[in-house]
Amino acid sequence: MTGYFLQAFVYLIAAVLAVPLAKRLGLGSVLGYLIAGVIIGPVIGLVGAETATIQHFAEFGVVMMLFVVGLELEPRMLWNMRHKLIGLGGLQVGITTLVVMLACLAFGLQWSFALAVGLIFSLSSTAIVLQTFNEKGLGKTDGGRSSFSVLLFQDIAVIPMLALIPLLALPELVALSEKLGAAAAEHGDSLNLVAHLPGWAYAIVVVVAIVALVVGGHYLSRPLFRYVASSGLREIFTAATLMLVIGIAALMGLVGLSPALGAFLAGVVLANSEFRHELESTIEPFKGLLLGLFFITVGAGVDFGVLQLHWGKVIAMALAIMLIKAAILFVLAIIFKIKNSDRWLFALSLAQAGEFGFVLLNYTVQNHVIPHDLSQILSLVVAFSMFLTPSLFILYDKVILPRYERSENHQEPDEIDEKGTVIVAGIGRFGQIINRFLVANGIKTVVLDHQAGQVELMRKINIKSYFGDATQPDLLHTAGIEEAKLMVVTIDDKEKVRDIVKYVKHAHPHVRLMVRAFDRGHAYELRSLGADHIITEAYYSALEMGGRALNELGFHPFKSEQLKAAFDQIEKDNKEKLYQTWLAGNEDNRFSNDYRELFLQLEELLGKAMSKDRSDGHSLTERGWTPPPKNYQDDFKQ
Amino acid sequence: MLKQKNKVLLLFAHPSQDRSEINMPMFKLASKIDGVTAIDLYREYPTFRIDVDKEQQRLLAHDIVIMQFPLYWYSTPALLKEWQDLVLEYGFAYGHEGTMLHGKTLLCAITAGGAEAAYRKEGYNHFTIRELLHPLEQTASLTGMRYLAPFTLFSSRTAAEEHRDKKHLEDWTQLLKALVNNQLDFELAAGLAKLDVQNTDLIKELL
Repeated sequence: MTGYFLQAFVYLIAAVLAVPLAKRLGLGSVLGYLIAGVIIGPVIGLVGAETATIQHFAEFGVVMMLFVVGLELEPRMLWNMRHKLIGLGGLQVGITTLVVMLACLAFGLQWSFALAVGLIFSLSSTAIVLQTFNEKGLGKTDGGRSSFSVLLFQDIAVIPMLALIPLLALPELVALSEKLGAAAAEHGDSLNLVAHLPGWAYAIVVVVAIVALVVGGHYLSRPLFRYVASSGLREIFTAATLMLVIGIAALMGLVGLSPALGAFLAGVVLANSEFRHELESTIEPFKGLLLGLFFITVGAGVDFGVLQLHWGKVIAMALAIMLIKAAILFVLAIIFKIKNSDRWLFALSLAQAGEFGFVLLNYTVQNHVIPHDLSQILSLVVAFSMFLTPSLFILYDKVILPRYERSENHQEPDEIDEKGTVIVAGIGRFGQIINRFLVANGIKTVVLDHQAGQVELMRKINIKSYFGDATQPDLLHTAGIEEAKLMVVTIDDKEKVRDIVKYVKHAHPHVRLMVRAFDRGHAYELRSLGADHIITEAYYSALEMGGRALNELGFHPFKSEQLKAAFDQIEKDNKEKLYQTWLAGNEDNRFSNDYRELFLQLEELLGKAMSKDRSDGHSLTERGWTPPPKNYQDDFKQ
Repeated sequence: MLKQKNKVLLLFAHPSQDRSEINMPMFKLASKIDGVTAIDLYREYPTFRIDVDKEQQRLLAHDIVIMQFPLYWYSTPALLKEWQDLVLEYGFAYGHEGTMLHGKTLLCAITAGGAEAAYRKEGYNHFTIRELLHPLEQTASLTGMRYLAPFTLFSSRTAAEEHRDKKHLEDWTQLLKALVNNQLDFELAAGLAKLDVQNTDLIKELL
């Protein structure tokens, strides 16, 4: 037991130390994990033999990643992107595979082998590229969007690749591994229900499994999650999410399919569910940690002996691969009319090999397609190309972009800013009205609520809403707080509103924050925490009703309208003073004597203002045309 | 000899700015000129609750007031009328002690939908622009302000298509600069039927 703790501690401490450092140096978290792995593995030698075992476990991170990729893919969005996705992504993967394969064949390698290498190098690093785009705000550029569709295509293409690679197995490698003892190599496939079935039966089983997954995911997941959500226990929701993903992985394993494929399909099925954001934010930390673990094991598995022997070859191959990929991408960018600096961004950002390369490499070794020693060299090539990626982004930022910026300034000065999205937290009686108003004006909103019933109701009337606790940073992240312009908080729980204001103002200061306060005290408190706009919930409706009351009592409607406006104006004029007095009061009892006194003064002022009469001349209430005195015309008789 | 510069207050009233083709560019140009305080009244008072004290302070702080608006039913858009009703109070702008605006200058910069030919006795509008704006001219007179002939763009709905907008904007910039730099011949400008910046006598060279 203690041994496991020690191992886990070593892995975690390496991640905790190395990843923040790498991020600070602008290298991205993936490189941080890789470096951490290199240090605890080959450099210090703290971990060693068990790396391979842990890696099997860590590959579950990849399964989760595909689940999350699937969740992101609403079928409609997929459809909108189809041209770029299939055209650009398909050509990129196809041509790169072909060119790399031809190059390998030219070096006299076997074709199955060359094809595997081609497939591995056609992939780019989703983790590095998307992370960098996020950090630099390049996601909305044409180059960024095109890169995203290519990455998406690659992520999907991994699935058929995983299916294809076992077919490429080399007989001599299979024989070799059998001689070495199958027990060590065959790890996860010991439980396989379909190994001895004939082909037609196997096909039926596979189809049944996939249909069960899609239908079950569509019809059963909702009642399940609603049932779980109604308990209000977050950890049970987490358990249910993990249960779902692990269950799918197990099912796929049992019928001999890729767990990653299953998880991806399940993700797509659930992409339209109201629980999507909550699922995503629940799984995110597990996915992140397991992927991190996976990268560490890759780093730890780097064989320095191999690197020393072949360092020239590794560097040459990494540079060659990047050059080939960049050239292909650049040509594709020209064909698909990606212009100016975006063309360079597209070509440079995707030129590296990616984390799925490691997965495929492992997989090819397991399936006897590539011998172990060669895979060692290739994984060094993949790692090295990833190491070089940040420098390409620096090249883009420092050299390419400035050149285009100079010329672009003259060409297209007026690009209309994309309207930012609005996150509405809390879709009860109050939030609903705001949301309907915004949506009616063509504004994109993301609605969050922690009552599954409410969310369901909103969905029934076609309002896009998601289940989740808006105080959770993860949920805000998946709801897109980074890109949001405005967040409207209209949830009932006073404490939670406070927490959200505190968190959002601290972590996402660019987001304008509008909150609904329960009463005056709550409003002051929210203001002291930095909320940008605060409406006290009943204020305006009460004022409106007050005005109607005056009408009922016989006041002229225009007069009561003016009185309402005057009341509101006096409130506004004195807001600041009242707030400062409240702020100056002591922590336990903000409503000090000073405040009370000021409040009474305000009441008096209001009373006076309301009772003023037209004949007083410049009354506070009615500047709606003050008539001149009756004798005023005497001035003009000269 | 260096002449004293004028402070110009531009009161812009346009309730349908999304569709404005001439007035918005005019307003934006004016905002960029030193010495011009450009106020978008519909932005400042979307609910028509005009802050009378603030507006009166603004008037006091400037020498020349320009009302810029599209002509609505031979008069100003509603908010600018509301502005006149509230801000030009008895005791401030007129009446026994209402001398606060004395000596200042008022200019209307307007766009009119009809062709210039329509604004004459024989045209379908029967009156010239200057005649139609008589209420404003008289307001200036009663408040002791000097009234200049209106600066007008006719047939404004088709000005952009017919490429007349560019010249109008150039004239506008020239006019504003002349007002700030005190280069305008006020005597002449007060007597014309309309302001024509191309009139070579109107704007004097800076000495």
